Amino acid sequence: MSSPTPSHPIGLDPAGTVHIHHDHHELGFWQKYVFSVDHKVIGIQFLFTGLFTLLLGGLMAMAIRWQLAFPWTQMPVLGQVLFPETGGVATPEGYTMLFTMHGTIMIFFVIIPLLTGAFGNFLIPLMIGAPDMAFPKLNMLGYWWMMPGIVLIMLAFGAEGGGPASGWTAYPPLSTIEAAAPGSMNGQTLWLLALTFSGVSSMMGAINYVTTIVKMRAPGMTMFRMPLSIWGLFIAALLQLFALPVLTAASFMQIFDRVFDAGFFTPADIVINGYSAEEAGKAAGGHPILWQHLFWFYSHPAVYIMVVPAMGFVSDIITVHARKPIFGYKPMVYSIAGIAGLGFIVWGHHMFMSGMNPMVGMVFMTATIMIALPSAVKVFNWLGTLWGSRIRLTTPMLFALAFVSMFIIGGLSGIWMASTPVDIYIHDTYIVVAHFHYVVFAGSVLAIFGAVYHWFPKMFGRMMNETLGKIHFIGTFVFTNGVFYMMHQLGLAGLMRRTADPYAYETYAHLQPLNEFISICAFALLFWQIFFVINLVVSMGWGKRVGRNPWGATTLEWDAPSPPGHGNFDRQLRVVRGGYEYSKPGEESDFLPQNDPSLVPADPPHEPAHA
Amino acid sequence: MNWLKHTFERLFYAALFLAVPILGVWTWVIADDYGWWFPEYASTYADEIDNLFYIIMWMVAITFVGTEVLLVWTMLVYTGKQDTPATYTHGNHAVELIWTAIPAGLLVFIAFSQMAAWNEVKMQMPEGAATPEHPYTIDEPMMEVWASQFDWRAYYPNEAGEFTGPGVVSTPYDIYVPVDTRVVFRLRSRDVLHSFFVPVFRLKQDAVPGMSIPVWFEATKVGSYDLICAELCGWGHYKMAGRVHVLSREDYAAWLKDAREKLQDNGSSDLVAVAEDDE
Repeated sequence: MSSPTPSHPIGLDPAGTVHIHHDHHELGFWQKYVFSVDHKVIGIQFLFTGLFTLLLGGLMAMAIRWQLAFPWTQMPVLGQVLFPETGGVATPEGYTMLFTMHGTIMIFFVIIPLLTGAFGNFLIPLMIGAPDMAFPKLNMLGYWWMMPGIVLIMLAFGAEGGGPASGWTAYPPLSTIEAAAPGSMNGQTLWLLALTFSGVSSMMGAINYVTTIVKMRAPGMTMFRMPLSIWGLFIAALLQLFALPVLTAASFMQIFDRVFDAGFFTPADIVINGYSAEEAGKAAGGHPILWQHLFWFYSHPAVYIMVVPAMGFVSDIITVHARKPIFGYKPMVYSIAGIAGLGFIVWGHHMFMSGMNPMVGMVFMTATIMIALPSAVKVFNWLGTLWGSRIRLTTPMLFALAFVSMFIIGGLSGIWMASTPVDIYIHDTYIVVAHFHYVVFAGSVLAIFGAVYHWFPKMFGRMMNETLGKIHFIGTFVFTNGVFYMMHQLGLAGLMRRTADPYAYETYAHLQPLNEFISICAFALLFWQIFFVINLVVSMGWGKRVGRNPWGATTLEWDAPSPPGHGNFDRQLRVVRGGYEYSKPGEESDFLPQNDPSLVPADPPHEPAHA
Repeated sequence: MNWLKHTFERLFYAALFLAVPILGVWTWVIADDYGWWFPEYASTYADEIDNLFYIIMWMVAITFVGTEVLLVWTMLVYTGKQDTPATYTHGNHAVELIWTAIPAGLLVFIAFSQMAAWNEVKMQMPEGAATPEHPYTIDEPMMEVWASQFDWRAYYPNEAGEFTGPGVVSTPYDIYVPVDTRVVFRLRSRDVLHSFFVPVFRLKQDAVPGMSIPVWFEATKVGSYDLICAELCGWGHYKMAGRVHVLSREDYAAWLKDAREKLQDNGSSDLVAVAEDDE
């Protein structure tokens, strides 16, 4: 094992020049950047794929917003692509396809791949001090299994006869019997296959994350020294491991219903648009509510998969940029575990109005309301961390603070939805739409932005531009609230989601101006992301070069070069403390890295990002 | 100069984050003036459901404003003191206990406070034979409501109390019910999932093919109200609109009598057909 002898200032060393591995050899372009087994490259692949699909899902949201603000009018730009046959005017069936695809893409191909795929891959080995994932090839396969998923979902959208049009929840019989949704021939089947591919991809990732975290931590990295990002990713991976098989099985059952008329979800005596299962000689006697149970058994934990890693990232970003240890590390870990554990027994709260036995609803209500408890504990601990801290208002910090602010709203509004009698009125109204967008967009997506700004220097060895970052933050923060806060008001007025033209109802006629306001904010929100795209692209090529640890952070990833080479670390690792030693009295530096300082060669401990 | 820029930044971001609770609360205060609030209510349990919403609303509002203001406070105060180090603490067991126990108590209170209303609305279905106090029961319901792509249709039993055979009145899109009467009915679907949503009654129930779900409400105001499909049911979901007409008891009795007579005259089982014949 040769000790590194840097010939140039540490932190400026290009990737892969200093190694503790001898068996490394140069890889060709394809192996290095495309079919790579390196977790960092795979993470960055997931990142860019996820950001691209985010744009796709976002454009669909714009089309939805246009229709709600100006129903049945010619949609500029997007209309020509989506509805060429009507000259750019949305059609009712086209509208149902749009929100189906928007939801599906955002959940299965944006948020989950970005949180677990991109940051899970990039951060786990680096933060626990491992040279790579436990199963690098499986990891690569995980990424490449998502590709057919994306291809299939786009094929589904453009399928002959129309795309899937039964919502991202795909409730049968609407989703299983072709006669129920005119035009839906293969669209829904392709949709189910796409979900299966994405699920298998997540499964491979989850196996990898759990194995890597359990087996490959650096010496001294006990479970309770792991950064909270890793805890979040670890618990999200466990959720995927236990819940995904159910969705995969349910998807196959629905495929069987569609392709072979298996009748799992088809009740007897059903007559849809002239189609009768009995008359057609097909099996029936199943139950539509069975799908809802199976679907939500996965998809409710999936909601936590979509937020728990973000909570971890935010905890880490806040401590770094507030120069203070996390307040209540163990309560933070237990509350993530509590959210995940309760997350398995609350799926029924999506089904309060479904015809499920109302007695069961009471049990699900109580469990669901109790999820507010670990969520509240997390918020209080973030506030406790900020109390007495020294906040640096960097771009990642602003996004992390915004996550806390927005998660408070999304978390609190959940209490209404959990309460069964109140839910009778607000179920499936826009207040639900406001609630989950506050958690998943204003929460997780803002946390993802924060994470990109925070770990970008580690990914590319360069800083992102702070001024552009702040411009991006301000607009995103303002317009996000403009879009989603007002949706609470729509919901209180009783506006149903998934309604192509609500204004025909007397109850909703006066809501059009409010919807117009929301839509204009939404268009501005999407447009504003141009600052992020410019910043991302320009900073990759021309950003200010940085050393190993531009933020002065404690966790192990900042111990590796920026960007880390193959095998990640060029030094021996021995973890001697937790990841949150900031501003310890009597110490020279305001942060103490997790790695044993005696093993670290002379290195400027802290190279500030903006000197 | 640097100091000035830093101070401006601190104040600016604190103000930006403070706008969230201020505008958030302000929106809810003015909401009623713009119709961004609950519609009027017209059933016996609507008031109770609204009140449960308000109980949670006050707890949520206090927590929301409290935590958001604390967050802004930390942003305002702890961005300024860059010359002294941060407080070094890993937490406080007592504080953790307090902020776990108090919300836990409140949440358990919320959960239990909801149960009576849920029980009343969804679980208290009078069974057996109808009595003068409860003229309708699950076994002798006032009507059957069938949902299908994309209409609502109410069936009123014939004089023998049966829903099949001659004399069954059916009305598409329009449902007639008597005021101040506990209306018990069965909700069914012919094809896909639908949901029976009458905002002014605060009533929602999915209709599921293969199931016959008991539902009840008691309207308190005479009038005509929107009946909205609240579960995605296909391309025409947005226009699956019905109307619930709440009539006085006398008017309802007269309407039903009239409808049955028209049926006998025409031999048709569909009131729309009857109406068209009259023209």
